Amino acid sequence: MKELKLMKGNEALAEAAIRAGCDAYFGYPITPQSEVLEYLSREAEQRTGMVVLQAESEIASINMVYGAAGTGKKIMTSSSSPGISLMQEGISYIACAELPCLLVNVNRGGPGLGTIQPGQGDYFQTVKGGGHGDYRLIVLAPATVQEMADFVKEGFELAFKYRNPVMILTDGALGQMMEKVELFPQQERKFEELAWATTGKSANRQKNAITSLHLKAEQMEEVNIALQKKYKEIEKNEIRYESINCEDADIIITAYGLVARICTKSAQLAREKGIKVGVLRPISLFPFPYDVINKYANKVQGILDVEMNAGQMVEDVRLAVNGKVPVEFYGRMGGVVPDPEEILKVLEEKFVGAAV
Amino acid sequence: MNEKALIDDEHFEHTLRSEHTEIISPENIVYEKPGTLLDVDMHYCPGCGHGVVHRLLAEVIDEMEIQSEVIGVAPVGCSVLAYNYLNIDMSEAAHGRASAAATGIKRVLPEKYVFSYQGDGDLAAIGTGETIHTCNRGENILIIFINNGIYGMTGGQMAPTTLEGMKSTTSPFGRNVSTMGAPLKITELVAQLPGTQYVTRQSVHKPGNVRKAKKAIQKGFELQKQGGGTCFVEIVSNCPSNWKMTPIESNHWLEDNMLPFYPLGDIKTPNGRK
Ligand SMILES: Cc1ncc(C[n+]2csc(CCOP(=O)(O)OP(=O)(O)O)c2C)c(N)n1
Ligand code: SF4
Ligand SMILES: [Mg+2]
Repeated sequence: MKELKLMKGNEALAEAAIRAGCDAYFGYPITPQSEVLEYLSREAEQRTGMVVLQAESEIASINMVYGAAGTGKKIMTSSSSPGISLMQEGISYIACAELPCLLVNVNRGGPGLGTIQPGQGDYFQTVKGGGHGDYRLIVLAPATVQEMADFVKEGFELAFKYRNPVMILTDGALGQMMEKVELFPQQERKFEELAWATTGKSANRQKNAITSLHLKAEQMEEVNIALQKKYKEIEKNEIRYESINCEDADIIITAYGLVARICTKSAQLAREKGIKVGVLRPISLFPFPYDVINKYANKVQGILDVEMNAGQMVEDVRLAVNGKVPVEFYGRMGGVVPDPEEILKVLEEKFVGAAV
Repeated sequence: MNEKALIDDEHFEHTLRSEHTEIISPENIVYEKPGTLLDVDMHYCPGCGHGVVHRLLAEVIDEMEIQSEVIGVAPVGCSVLAYNYLNIDMSEAAHGRASAAATGIKRVLPEKYVFSYQGDGDLAAIGTGETIHTCNRGENILIIFINNGIYGMTGGQMAPTTLEGMKSTTSPFGRNVSTMGAPLKITELVAQLPGTQYVTRQSVHKPGNVRKAKKAIQKGFELQKQGGGTCFVEIVSNCPSNWKMTPIESNHWLEDNMLPFYPLGDIKTPNGRK
């Protein structure tokens, strides 16, 4: 039987964490995602025995995640932009020590303290590294409250499949808005001893150490080579995207998350005017759907990339297109959400009359 | 052992008489490497207190038979490689965050013994926030705090615990408390928090002190089993290399200079303040 509910994005995400059998959540309040910690504080422990702890800072939360994830349990944290910045050292350690865990960034407008309104200014930070060293997060970008919930389950699966931190990159609007969501059933919280985890050295195995320290350059290079090999594997297997009316399109809009939904409306308005527009929405931002975009670039006259930032994902779109067709960019910044009509207007200015 | 003791007592006679007895038979062994201490070279400088405390930890873990139930957290500092020396599961935390990592472990594995092992820069400078809040929440972990008054690993910079007037590479004219602050007695500070149940300061510069330090570490583990809050064991230690002294000089210096400011003994016990 379907379990349908009307929920805020942040609450759907928190509910999904409980249902996915998450073992512990460590977090610190920050708008626009405090509902995650609040919801879990109310619901989680009594329902599944999940640990929920309000830490003294995001630095503490991410390092609690580091310790707890080392036991092989399902561990998560969430925050919004400034808090995620504070976590970067810890995320780098987690990536190097190859600890599975789920991180959530409910992106707000920046830089600095910025605004509590939604933004996408953390694309570079999330997708290209953020912390120090060569590492990658698997990044999932939901566009609906439904995906806010579903990606928690999927995120944990990917994290454990690759022993890699996964980040859900969403924004303040998706976190706050209410939509219908179909909830997946409660999964049992079960604990599986993992070979590498620090759970207490039993007599029948070697001791385990969770570390990111490899003092000899050659050893550190080996670790890096192994990480890069894993990332290649992830790039091969885990690309996710949604293509909306792209097959017959003359122009494609690329956008992720909430903006992709707005652009879908713009595309619909364009089609009403006889302009064939499709929307290509990368769902996994790492791995990025370069090949898919590259193939579409053979068929279309141009691509418009739309983001709530000064142009970040557009760099990946341009890499994918590799000069085949013009790639234009339109962005609003600082927490301003573009509307479908203004995007259509930009699209017409850039492409219609000129080429089409 | 001094030379006199060797020549004048019966012991010497006995040694002569029993020339051919097998002294390495099990019943004659009075001292051996604890099983939890791995048979590997440590990178510590000669005479450094870190090695002694590692051994004590290993002895306590062996004697309590809890090797399979312990998870340790190493800091960033000279003891960053502690996980290579102790035959137990360990996690190496970011600089200052060992008690947060230990909190994470203990919260998801509450039935295990969890400890963090941290230097003074790690615990009382960059990690002050985590230290205070871990103790304030009364996490049921043992924090072992090695106070050598200096940043050992990075080559002898001033630590929060560096004594007034003490020279370091970043206080080359001696610590000036009017511009650099006074040395921080974080142990007294955490003893104020209701979350701590056992707070003590020990040292390992003399055999008697080593024995007391071991008892403190053991008590820290024993109390953890019963819950009741954080156990915090400070060990006033030396850093011969960065203090630029021989090991013996450093132990004398520790006694003459560190201990008057950092007095040894229990600061708080579960039965009330000492
Ligand atoms: C974020 C960060 N800042 C600085 C350092 C450099 N660092 C490594 S160890 C250390 C100080 C260690 O001193 P202490 O904690 O007293 O340990 P000791 O070596 O004296 O045992 C510093 C500053 C680091 N590794 N990470
Ligand atoms: S530098 Fe100091 S603290 Fe570090 S190992 Fe050497 S003596 Fe010990
Ligand atoms: Mg030190």
